Amino acid sequence: MADSSMTNQRQGLGSFLFARRGRKRLALSDILTYAYLLLGVVIMFGPVAWVVLSSFKTPASLQEFPPTVLPYATESVALDGFNAPLPLYDVTMEDGEIRRMAQVRRVGLNAQMVDPENPAAERVTVPAASTEPVRRVHFAVENYTKLLSNSGSDIWRYVFNSLFITVVATAITLIMNSMAAFALSKYRFRGSNAALMAILATLMIPATVVLVPTYLIVAQLGLVNNLWGVILPTVATPTGVFLLRQYMLTIPDELIEAARMDHASEWRIFWRIMLPLSAPALAVVAIFSILSRWNDFLLPLVVLSRRESFTLQLALASYQGENVIHYDQLLAMTTLTALPLAGAFIFLQRYITAGVASTGIK
Amino acid sequence: MSNLVLRHLRKSFGSVDVIPGVDLDISDGEFVVFVGPSGCGKSTLLRLIAGLEDATSGDIQIDGKSVVDVPAADRGVAMVFQSYALYPHMTVRENLSFGLENIRMPKAEIEQRVSHAAKLLQIDKLLERRPKQLSGGQRQRVAIGRAITRDPKIFLFDEPLSNLDAELRVLMRVEITKLHERLGNTMIYVTHDQVEAMTMADKIVVLRGGVIEQVGAPLDLYNNPKNTFVAGFIGSPRMNFVEGAVRAEGGSGAFVSPDLPSLDLAGRSIPASIDQVTIGIRPEDFDVSTEPGNGWPATVEVLEQHGANSYLHCTLPGRRMLLIHQAGQSSARRGDILYVAPREGLFHLFDGQGLAIRPSPRAQVLR
Repeated sequence: MADSSMTNQRQGLGSFLFARRGRKRLALSDILTYAYLLLGVVIMFGPVAWVVLSSFKTPASLQEFPPTVLPYATESVALDGFNAPLPLYDVTMEDGEIRRMAQVRRVGLNAQMVDPENPAAERVTVPAASTEPVRRVHFAVENYTKLLSNSGSDIWRYVFNSLFITVVATAITLIMNSMAAFALSKYRFRGSNAALMAILATLMIPATVVLVPTYLIVAQLGLVNNLWGVILPTVATPTGVFLLRQYMLTIPDELIEAARMDHASEWRIFWRIMLPLSAPALAVVAIFSILSRWNDFLLPLVVLSRRESFTLQLALASYQGENVIHYDQLLAMTTLTALPLAGAFIFLQRYITAGVASTGIK
Repeated sequence: MSNLVLRHLRKSFGSVDVIPGVDLDISDGEFVVFVGPSGCGKSTLLRLIAGLEDATSGDIQIDGKSVVDVPAADRGVAMVFQSYALYPHMTVRENLSFGLENIRMPKAEIEQRVSHAAKLLQIDKLLERRPKQLSGGQRQRVAIGRAITRDPKIFLFDEPLSNLDAELRVLMRVEITKLHERLGNTMIYVTHDQVEAMTMADKIVVLRGGVIEQVGAPLDLYNNPKNTFVAGFIGSPRMNFVEGAVRAEGGSGAFVSPDLPSLDLAGRSIPASIDQVTIGIRPEDFDVSTEPGNGWPATVEVLEQHGANSYLHCTLPGRRMLLIHQAGQSSARRGDILYVAPREGLFHLFDGQGLAIRPSPRAQVLR
């Protein structure tokens, strides 16, 4: 499992991964560094790869023990005179010869086999212990197609709900937080420090503690089962305000003064000067917001109780609530759910390194 | 067209009086330089005029109208910042036109003003670049261009050359002077560099601790400093100061100081003896001879040969430092003892408070 992911990486990143400290030979620090980095790759990337690979397994191979890294499927062959395709087996005959045969049925410890080349020939009975299923790597794409067609328009509704909440909440978060940060970083007013402290102090209160009060407010506003009931309580985040404020402190005051002398209104200064210049910090806040809104479970669980307003995460959880757990579809859905986040990361990644480095928050 | 008047202008931050009260008249078209050591309040004074700081009390009048309560943008002044404060995410063109767009000027006129300013400053080839892609001197031009497009009554410069290297600084100094001649606007320029002040100004305002020490034309300040501070600040290298007393001897006088031979103060009438006096002599105003005579014995410690000029760092008895300038290349060596005295009339006398004792020599003696 881990091996495969590592070899993939090694090919992809080529020379970068073979960089080393010593010019020619491998120094001890190189070995230690690489060992440590590989450990990190295994720990971080392993579970993700496991889920993705498992989502392509058939239900049967998911149940298999010991589990395999790659998704395998037993090969089968459609033969004349048989209704269903027959699974193929490698059979070790009594004389030691290995023959590929199709299994017709299994009776106790014995299996009835037929030669796929000659289906009309007599069936051979062999002990089941001497048979080995013929398997090949097979990506069970049907997990995904089944998921998307089975639940019909439902899954698209969940996707829409999740997307709507994530996009709208992130947009409002960015605007609200950057406005607060602008005020806290660039205006001198009585109580600005107290305001900042109050905002930061809310970090110390766990979200679960305010869950019930939040729900009560949402209920009072009549927003239960409404997507806005999930969006509005989350748009102001203390980390976002703090991060943006710290970044905006590094933007020189002279720029704002110059803009002020250039007849720019305060709103225009914010919109044309501050926002473009804090793009790296905004990207970081956007990532945090997208991540937490998309993955949010608790608040939607409390606020949204009708199936039509479910988010993907809620739908994912409800898969487990039924009598049978469809692990294959559950895994496919998990993979699908994680994909947009990966996309967002890839898109915003170049800002993040710059942003994290310059905000000094590690 | 646009004169500027400051009346009892005061600024305090909390309990600290940065500017305890300034009165100043600047007439139209003047190039005025505020100069002083760092922390003397010159930048604060400029920001008060710009409207970036609110005055604690007092009045600012431009063209006879009080602007003390007018927002910065509407005062008709434009400022060039020390850091240039160019908008880094905008091209040069956008930087120049941002202020004009904000007042909803028609596009055609913006275009015309921008290209005019760009041609004037020779940055018309850089209009599509961003500030990051410009050199220091080019950024400086863009910053000045941004001020020009606004067509202000008064230009304010806040140490605009301090981020440039020495060679470029000399170039830009000339260019700003030329620009002033071409535009004819009133310009106020803040610097801590007295060379910039001397070379560019019509009028220098020397500030210390938020107080105006002296206002005047550059050579006027150089020749007739009001006090030891102005005398020491204007002129490079600095004026030499030696403390002592003046003894009157029948119309003329002599300067006496412990450990030093008495010095005849030729070229100036001394009516009465004064007990506490500081004599100030500019480095270039010494007569130097190798023969003992009327003069102080100065031991050469360090000799700086600049080629066209030589500077001799000497010590007088009593460990007092003395700097002597000699035109051309000096033949003196380290350890030589030179006998130095001020040229006739070319010295300044200051009383115990550091105020000049008038008349100063150059009022009477011309070179």
